[in-house]
Amino acid sequence: MNINLTLIIQALAFFATVLLVMKYGWPHIMAAIEDRQKKIAEGLAAAERARAELKDADARVAVEIRQARQQAAEIIDRAQQQAHQLLDQAREDAVAELNRQKAAAQAEIASMAQRAREDLRDQVAKLAMQGAAKILQREIDPAAHRMLLDQLATEI
Amino acid sequence: MAESAEQAAGGGMTEYIHHHLHNLQWHVGSGVFSVINIDTVAVTLLLLAVFLGVFITAARRASAGVPGRFQAFVEMVVVGVDELVRETFHGSSKLIAPLSLTIFVLVFMMNFMDLVPVDLLPWLGRASGLPYLRVVPTADLNTTLGMALTVFLLIQYFGLKHKGPGLFFKEMFTAPFHAHGFMAILLAPVNLLLRLIEEAVRPVSLSLRLFGNMYAGELIFILIAVMTLGAGLAHGMTYVMGPVQGMADFVWTVFHILIITLQAFIFMMLTVVYLSMAAEHH
Repeated sequence: MNINLTLIIQALAFFATVLLVMKYGWPHIMAAIEDRQKKIAEGLAAAERARAELKDADARVAVEIRQARQQAAEIIDRAQQQAHQLLDQAREDAVAELNRQKAAAQAEIASMAQRAREDLRDQVAKLAMQGAAKILQREIDPAAHRMLLDQLATEI
Repeated sequence: MAESAEQAAGGGMTEYIHHHLHNLQWHVGSGVFSVINIDTVAVTLLLLAVFLGVFITAARRASAGVPGRFQAFVEMVVVGVDELVRETFHGSSKLIAPLSLTIFVLVFMMNFMDLVPVDLLPWLGRASGLPYLRVVPTADLNTTLGMALTVFLLIQYFGLKHKGPGLFFKEMFTAPFHAHGFMAILLAPVNLLLRLIEEAVRPVSLSLRLFGNMYAGELIFILIAVMTLGAGLAHGMTYVMGPVQGMADFVWTVFHILIITLQAFIFMMLTVVYLSMAAEHH
């Protein structure tokens, strides 16, 4: 054991080193480490937030797609209904037109038949008077026998 | 033939061991104390320069960005020490963590000099004109005691700072045995004596533990080296002792890696514990 002046020198050198490390080394490194820890924590939080936001957006997009699909289906439904309505309307119109024209034709036919019947009646009355004139050998005065003729005409 | 070789080796062996355990000394004055172990101081200063260079470079370059390999290595050591200190010392102190780091790294580096082949540096020293060279600063009691005394003074400073002078001196007489009235006066000298022993034991145990381990480690390396001292290719024993020496050297080196790390760790840990005890109120 040779304790000597080396002891003092070693103690001083050691103490000086501790002071240097304490002043110029440790605080800088710890500050850098803590800064980085903070940065990493912030980064992780930001990533978490972004993930949550993405999830939200995905959900919103899904809802909107569903709504759009529903709307499209509704529009198609309505269009089909409208087409059906138009078709029905057209059919109804056609049928009505048909009926109207049929009725008009029937009315014309009826009136024509009536007219023909009256003509026939007139001619029968004329023929009857001519026949009667021939039988009587003289002119029948239509005016004098107006009543008789009319009666005859209605009877025919 | 073998006997005479052994006798010759015996004389050489004593001289060899003595030579290896002798410091390169500079007598600055007369007296036993006024001597400086130049080799211990030089190696210590060299290691200090390396340590401070690496550490302060890392501190200057430290940034909160992505760390490089160098920065990551330094930060790994720093964070390891910081966590240990936080677990043990529950106060706030700017000194204790850097102190622990310095102790651990420095003691480790000084111990590590023991793993440099035991004859290499003395041989280089002799080649450049130095008669003696001991390269393990922690195998010199001056180093370990110097560090332990610094730690001792820091313990007292810590006690004074954290307790205040009143409580600091009062506790010398009132702890660990508490009493009231007359008994308190009776127990005061006992408490003081216990306190003085407790305080004196710490630097002694700290320094002797480290010194003893490193001195013994160095001595075993020397003894392993002695196995083939003065061996020549003509001796049959050379071919037996050579491989045995290689094996022994390897085994002891591997084991010694554990010891040097452990001793550095123990020195640091005990310092932290002593300092936190000094800061605690009884």
